[in-house]
Amino acid sequence: MYDSGKIIPGLIIFVLFITIPIWYNRGGAGSVPKPVLPKDAKTCVLPAAEIRAQHMVLLNSWRDEVIRTGDRGTFEIEGKQYKKSLMLTCMKCHTSKKQFCDTCHTYSSVKPYCWDCHIAPVE
Amino acid sequence: MFEKALKGNNYYWMWLAFLGFFIAIAAVCYLRQYFYGLGLTGMSRDVSWGLYISQFTFLVGVAAGGVMLVLPYYIHNYKVFGRITILGEFLAISALLMCLMFIMADLGQPLRGLNVMLYPTPGSMLFWDMCVLWGYLILNALCGWVILTAERKGVHPPKWIYFFVYLSIPFAFSIHTVTAMLYCGLPGRHFWLSAIIAPRFLASAFAAGPALIVVIALILKRVANFDAGKEALNKMVTIIIYAAIANMFFVCLEFFVGFYSNIPGHMHTLQYLFFGLEHHGHVYNNLVPFMWAFVALFFVGIALLVNPYTRKQSDLWLGVGCASIFFAFWLDKGIGFVLGGFVPTPTEEIVEYIPTINELFITIGIWATGFFILTVLYKIAIGVEHEIEA
Amino acid sequence: MDKNRRNFLKVAGISTLAGLGGTAVVDRLVAGSSIAHASAAGHNVDQEEGSKGHGEQIKPSGNRYGMIIDIKKFQQDPSLGEKIVAACHSTHNVPQFPDKKDEIKWIWMTNFENAFPDKANKYNDEATETHQLPILCNHCDQPPCVRACPTKATFKNKDGIIMMDYHRCIGCRFCMAACPYGSRSFNWRDPEKFVQNVNHVYPRRTRGVVEKCNFCDERVGAGKLPACVEACGESKALVFGNLNDPDSEIRKMLKENHTIQRNPALGTFPSVFYIV
Repeated sequence: MYDSGKIIPGLIIFVLFITIPIWYNRGGAGSVPKPVLPKDAKTCVLPAAEIRAQHMVLLNSWRDEVIRTGDRGTFEIEGKQYKKSLMLTCMKCHTSKKQFCDTCHTYSSVKPYCWDCHIAPVE
Repeated sequence: MFEKALKGNNYYWMWLAFLGFFIAIAAVCYLRQYFYGLGLTGMSRDVSWGLYISQFTFLVGVAAGGVMLVLPYYIHNYKVFGRITILGEFLAISALLMCLMFIMADLGQPLRGLNVMLYPTPGSMLFWDMCVLWGYLILNALCGWVILTAERKGVHPPKWIYFFVYLSIPFAFSIHTVTAMLYCGLPGRHFWLSAIIAPRFLASAFAAGPALIVVIALILKRVANFDAGKEALNKMVTIIIYAAIANMFFVCLEFFVGFYSNIPGHMHTLQYLFFGLEHHGHVYNNLVPFMWAFVALFFVGIALLVNPYTRKQSDLWLGVGCASIFFAFWLDKGIGFVLGGFVPTPTEEIVEYIPTINELFITIGIWATGFFILTVLYKIAIGVEHEIEA
Repeated sequence: MDKNRRNFLKVAGISTLAGLGGTAVVDRLVAGSSIAHASAAGHNVDQEEGSKGHGEQIKPSGNRYGMIIDIKKFQQDPSLGEKIVAACHSTHNVPQFPDKKDEIKWIWMTNFENAFPDKANKYNDEATETHQLPILCNHCDQPPCVRACPTKATFKNKDGIIMMDYHRCIGCRFCMAACPYGSRSFNWRDPEKFVQNVNHVYPRRTRGVVEKCNFCDERVGAGKLPACVEACGESKALVFGNLNDPDSEIRKMLKENHTIQRNPALGTFPSVFYIV
């Protein structure tokens, strides 16, 4: 191999660099996030697994329905009517962004920009 | 063919380093702007488009100017332009990339830029602007590259490329027409609401683009041993003269319509640009020196280009003449046209615009990036030319 | 490159593109409606919207909201101007910046010659000379801003209100150039720290998007009047209603009072009328 004195060390450095996510935090896997669930409500808008996977899709479709189609119709959970709104529905039960939203988002390194505009409940 | 850009003399590397310096400063300035917001510029609620969009408008014209080389050569078989059509095509690529950079720098939410493609809105001229800008960029890149490769290999370009070459000609006219339509269809801005905006844009584009190419060709003769040929340059100067005079004629027509009809909407912006507007005791005239510089540079440029000695016998004065025309139309379109449209505001107030240092450095940096790309592309083209001649 | 290798690469390239493109097309066709909707009780919702905006046709409802501004009432009670601006800006978390060039305003008081530049008079009556009147987005029937927007971030909703979708706006400010009335503002910087009295039931906006009056679409949708109209109380300085309903109060007032509009020659057909 030509230039093996440069290539082999280079390759080793490259492999070390590219596998940083694997060895950098070895042995220190973060604990599974435990979001604090609301005490006074039993069911969310969707079943737990679905809402966990699809809450952004849900919120986006709410936004399009409310703003574009102009459909501000409410929906019912356990006999009460709820609006299609992040601030007025979701955050009314999940009253702490830090203890609920942020636990999972920080763990999975997701930085949603919802809170640039939508005002989080006062903590 | 990129390897042609990797070997050069000291001047080449020094020039790239000089440009790289300004690019680095602009990168830092842009990061500052990205995290703070566009408030770091001089734009305001009433002058909502500033230096970025005005440079974009001018550079679309420069990109379209390349067609003045492609059209005579491919359609009218004017063989003399054979060596320099590639200069026009590569200039178009670099100018269009500058346009796209200026637009990205100007967006409030640049990461959402793809929304223009995800939610196509055929009723919006900005959508069509995006379409034709990208289309023309791809066309020039394709045509320039394929034909240059064919030349390098000493074969005729493949027949299918001519379809794209011919397509690029109406595209060139359309990019600047669509950019003009951005402005001339807005009902609230009387300075822009004129049918002559599109012809004016095209005329100044066909003067400014070739003028820049002539200047660069003269520089290349000195530093890169590339001679475009006296006849080619002479023909380009003819085109520049007629296009420049046409543009001036259109500007004079704007003056006539505004001042003879005395309708305030048509008149006030021209007054603001050329004479200053008095409003509530204060005189607003920060663009007046620029506009008269435009007029002066135009006359100086035309005089130099028309005079047989300076045109044919002296490379230096030819270059100065073309540079004058280029700067004149940069002032006309880049400074006067876009910024003037916001004065007076729709509520008849006057708010002036002064760019901030951060904004100026981003602007300079984007120009530097464009010239960087242009230098690299021209190095490749000239490298190939030298290789064929050897 | 030898011919066989070239042919192989050509075939490989085209099949990859076909594969990727094909899966995308098939996904699109299969996807159709996007999510398991939040209709636990089977609430019927119009699914035409979809999540990516396919089929974004907004069916007009037959309503067309409009407003009458009685200039004389604002002349008689100058304090109304402050009240309506405060009501609007505090309801919608409109920020107040120290630098005038960053200014954001949805409704504001201005002089007659600024509101009606086409009706400039050298000899105005004294009341017009000395008092101001409010101007806001006109919610035009033929809005140039909606025509200009390249992403449909600003659009006319089913009730004729010109809305802003702050999620989609890319901040190109073409709508600001297009608006013939200067009604639109841009967030030149992050507004979070500059909102004076935070209203916790309405969001803010973020930097880099355009905003303007939205005829209080969220209040009108809940059966209330716009904040500015409510702030006028009993004075009827601002009247809001459905222009398409011939029996509405606004139509009655339009029949009884001579009204003017801002720059009607531009063909925008505003929904805001001024009683002079």
